[in-house]
Amino acid sequence: MSIFGEVPQAAPVAVFKLTADFREDQNPSKVNLGVGAYRTDEGQPWVLPVVRKVEKMIADDHSLNHEYLPILGLPEFRSSASKIALGEDSPAITENRVGAVQCLGGTGALKIGAEFLRRWYNGTDNTKTPVYVSAPTWENHNAVFSNAGFEDIRPYKYWDAGKRGLDLEGFLGDLESAPDHSIFVLHACAHNPTGTDPTQDQWKQIADVMKRKSLFAFFDSAYQGFASGNLDKDAWAVRYFVSQGFELFCAQSFSKNFGLYNERVGNLTVVAEDQDNLNRVLSQMEKIVRITWSNPPSQGARLVAITLNTPELFAEWKDNVKTMADRVLLMRAQLKEKLKALGTPGTWEHITEQIGMFSFTGLNPKQVEYMVKEKHIYLMASGRINMCGLTTKNIDYVAESIHEAVTTVQ
Amino acid sequence: MALLKSTKILTSVGAQAPVLAVLQLRASSWWTEVQMGPPDPILGVTEAFKRDTNPKKMNLGVGAYRDDQGKPYVLSCVRKAEAQIAAKKLDKEYLPIGGLADFSKACAQLALGPDNEVLKSGRSITVQTISGTGSLRVGGNFVVCHFHIFCFSFEFSRFHNVSRDVYLPKPSWGNHTPIFRDAGMQLKAYSYYDPKTCGFDFKGALDDISKRNLLVFFDMAYQGFASGDTDRDAWAVRYFIEQGHNVLLSQSFAKNMGLYGERVGGFTVVCKDAEEAKRVESQLKILIRPIYSNPPMNGARIASTILTTPELYKEWLVEVKGMADRIIKMREMLVSNLKKEGSTQNWQHVERLIKEFSIYMTKDGRISVAGVTSANVGYLAHAIHAVTK
Repeated sequence: MSIFGEVPQAAPVAVFKLTADFREDQNPSKVNLGVGAYRTDEGQPWVLPVVRKVEKMIADDHSLNHEYLPILGLPEFRSSASKIALGEDSPAITENRVGAVQCLGGTGALKIGAEFLRRWYNGTDNTKTPVYVSAPTWENHNAVFSNAGFEDIRPYKYWDAGKRGLDLEGFLGDLESAPDHSIFVLHACAHNPTGTDPTQDQWKQIADVMKRKSLFAFFDSAYQGFASGNLDKDAWAVRYFVSQGFELFCAQSFSKNFGLYNERVGNLTVVAEDQDNLNRVLSQMEKIVRITWSNPPSQGARLVAITLNTPELFAEWKDNVKTMADRVLLMRAQLKEKLKALGTPGTWEHITEQIGMFSFTGLNPKQVEYMVKEKHIYLMASGRINMCGLTTKNIDYVAESIHEAVTTVQ
Repeated sequence: MALLKSTKILTSVGAQAPVLAVLQLRASSWWTEVQMGPPDPILGVTEAFKRDTNPKKMNLGVGAYRDDQGKPYVLSCVRKAEAQIAAKKLDKEYLPIGGLADFSKACAQLALGPDNEVLKSGRSITVQTISGTGSLRVGGNFVVCHFHIFCFSFEFSRFHNVSRDVYLPKPSWGNHTPIFRDAGMQLKAYSYYDPKTCGFDFKGALDDISKRNLLVFFDMAYQGFASGDTDRDAWAVRYFIEQGHNVLLSQSFAKNMGLYGERVGGFTVVCKDAEEAKRVESQLKILIRPIYSNPPMNGARIASTILTTPELYKEWLVEVKGMADRIIKMREMLVSNLKKEGSTQNWQHVERLIKEFSIYMTKDGRISVAGVTSANVGYLAHAIHAVTK
């Protein structure tokens, strides 16, 4: 009788299962619009030219070794990454009240932030403190926070399926009715999965309510630079909140904007009221890191640090990021044009109004099933597509298939 | 809550009188009640060492290998593997949650031996983890979630869940306790070290482990590094499996491949059969995803290349033996130098070693022999003798 006899088979993570199914599909017309990774117009992964350059620099530098990083990570990575989020001339940085923890990707940054909040946010036991995530949101948000011990994870209204846009009234309403001191997970830009971001004016309204009700702002920033092509523009919301005096966390991922998906490069930026508070927070985060992964992986952080801290490389990186963002914008524009030309029922403005890698097409589960099973076009059951999966070669097929799905499947 | 809030404001005012103007714009900090955490007992030693200006200082704290010049050592097989990998111009796509398959397979083969029945029957699962720490953490989480053994307890007159108890040897690596505690386990101890003999307390250990039907969790962070022979160092793991224990196993490649900062490790569960291994694998993925989604590629790729390329594998075995041999030699030299000093003691005078001689180690008296070189072993022996005579 095995001790593991009762262990049930867990369901696979949906987005990875989608890719697995895509791989097994033999149909020559197949298209993968599932997992969130950038693809070139040839449908291939793209290692940024600046990344190849810096990799070679690292490989050729025999003075470098593989020694342990400090628990909180590579110092020059942490500080330069925080500058990217907050702006080089951020007053919070000048005032020495910004710190960071290098983490395993954006997921790791959320994890460390969540574990810290559960232990220290409002008293020393926050298991009952409500954590709000947008409806819908990245499917791992829920698991990160519940795994960290939070027992009360609630949705806040976000996506208005009817008008295919932001439900601001619902959002503000949920902020108002939330218990004071609740934690809110906010997408800094390029909301996943809807691609719909609040406007600057709307962010101001959101910040007002959060200030008044002492709600905690935990930003998830996985697409800075990738959304509009401009780093500063994509960081506007985070910087606005800092300027309004919020103490906040910002979980940064460099998976997409550096294309360093598998090196797990992330940064948890912490903005505190002053240096003393910051130091105590970091010291406790250090203890959490130590019992989770001890210290973070060095390769990716080194690469990003060198790039961000070397002017020519930094310029080249921004250019590479713009290349990716521009291709996505082009695909958005073309998809909308083709659907309009086909006369596909419904409005398709949201395809170009939404921003970033993803688009919430509005296709319902039956229509999605049709796309997957009949047309071999793989997308999430929610109707989310990854624009990067579109190329000049497959965009006609995809547009026609969407047209068929919408007109023949209810 | 309101009362607490105003207390926070009052504390802030006291602490920040010169910045009152700024205070008026911002409410008090969320973090006023957050205590300063103590420095890590092991990694904090290196920080203290770095601050010390004594030219004779020695860092015998953290467990990282040093060559005879006291310098970090990047293995030649690692450099070669890196060059091979760079030439392939691979992409950077996400690994699966369980990591690089080639690595997991090679990792298990290294531990169990390539002809092991367990591997042939597919009745084990190995996932890539964030080095040894990450492996232990995932293992702890897995046991807490899925291991349920109830024993009748006369003390409580009912069936009592004993599966939250974990027995660690006395003493053990300092990080074991907080890792398992945070995973939700109750820490217990079994006798291990006998200070009278400075050796293994076999009888004491057996007395403490007098229960039946125990789940064995091996932490193997030094395979190859201990004796210089990877098969010899894995003997205990393989023997237990042969004897019918379906063990849990954590492996680290931090030391034996010098890949410390790349965070290369594995976690293995030996199961009843392949079907059970599949179920266990699915649950391990569920545990890993909310921590870090999927593991880092670089180190796993290097380790996998070394383990699966015959010439590199041979070279690695030679290099790991080289490291082990230097450590063994330093042990011998330390003993002979102590004898020369006239010492006949055991010694527990850590504080004096740090303060008077700038020789840094952890408070439990553990030294990393890797930090000893032929150049400083005389100084070390002299200092140890000075504080213990």
